[in-house]
Amino acid sequence: MEIKQYWRLFKNGIFGENPVFRLALSLCPAVAVTTSVRNGFLMGIAVTFVMTMVNITVSIFRNLINPKVRIPAYILIIATYTSVIDMTMAAYSRAAYKEMGLYIQLIVVFAIIISRAELFASRNKLLPSAVDGFGMGVGFMVALMLIGAVRELLGKGSLLGIPLVGARPMLIMVLPTGGFFVIGLLMGTFNWIEKRFFGGTGAAPGGHGMH
Amino acid sequence: MLNELGKIFIASALINNFVFTRYLGLCIFFGVSKRMETAVGMSMTFTSVMVISAALSWLVYNLVMLPLGLGFLKIVIFIGIVAAFVQAADTILRKISPGLYYKLGIYLVLITTNCIILAVPVINADEKYNFMQALTMGLGSGAGFSLALIIMASIREKLELADVPKVFQGLPIAFVLTGLIALAFLGFSGLIRL
Repeated sequence: MEIKQYWRLFKNGIFGENPVFRLALSLCPAVAVTTSVRNGFLMGIAVTFVMTMVNITVSIFRNLINPKVRIPAYILIIATYTSVIDMTMAAYSRAAYKEMGLYIQLIVVFAIIISRAELFASRNKLLPSAVDGFGMGVGFMVALMLIGAVRELLGKGSLLGIPLVGARPMLIMVLPTGGFFVIGLLMGTFNWIEKRFFGGTGAAPGGHGMH
Repeated sequence: MLNELGKIFIASALINNFVFTRYLGLCIFFGVSKRMETAVGMSMTFTSVMVISAALSWLVYNLVMLPLGLGFLKIVIFIGIVAAFVQAADTILRKISPGLYYKLGIYLVLITTNCIILAVPVINADEKYNFMQALTMGLGSGAGFSLALIIMASIREKLELADVPKVFQGLPIAFVLTGLIALAFLGFSGLIRL
């Protein structure tokens, strides 16, 4: 493949099939941790690492894993890399780990990771798989940081810890309730943008993958 | 003792409700809350799997892994325990009670890689609960999840008839709705002092 195709593959993860907004997969912990841009960034880094490494590993062993045991094998691979990032985060960013530790450990059951391993990495060569995992991970990170930015701005009146708004912030936005509101409104907005400017149907996303 | 267990139950069912406060199990929550009947079947299956996997993983974690110094493997081992147990439950249920299997079997398949099931052993291990506390936590979380599913299912049946703007139909409005229920659940947070 040429560079251009890799670029397209990478972009697909961020715009075309952004894991949070378009596929609606693995929504579970996405909203929980993103009370600030920084938390969204850290969670995104963790997911990007796990996805890239899992895609690489699955791709390398794709001809050796018996199709009958592939799901347990994938889960084992994902669990291994999740443990790695879990221990790394616990060691190097203690304050953030206290808030997000549970959700970092739950990366292991993110539907998006196993679905990329199954749909992409198990059928493609090493390099495209790595690019696909990285692109999806970055797409996840961008979406989390966007949600985090909205919630931090409205809920704490700051961005990246820098106070911006003078007025009293709406505390509700950093509480769990705010996460649901923000993600619902962002999804609706994305639908509207697509319908208005790209001539899409404006139908709700996430029909698939919501099992 | 009982008092303390009661506190854990209320805390895990209402105050730290898995769906409304911890954001866990959202895929299942939005996926199956369209019909009341499915929601009830799902909540029964989930509650029993959560209690039993809490018990199994507590035994393995505290009696085998900690003495051997294998605490760092907990993610790998917990997901193995849950997967093995669900597979076993599937087989046993099919042999012993085909009627029940026919009703609940389809939900069992969905359970293995679900954050809400894995979260129970992980939280129990992190909080260093004893056996009874771990069981209560599993039961409370299951009850909380059932409550959430049933509330959402009854609202959703009405939502089908509502006139929602086209771009908000489906998931977006379901999220906003969940936000409103979460707001109501916020009122539980002062219920007990932990």
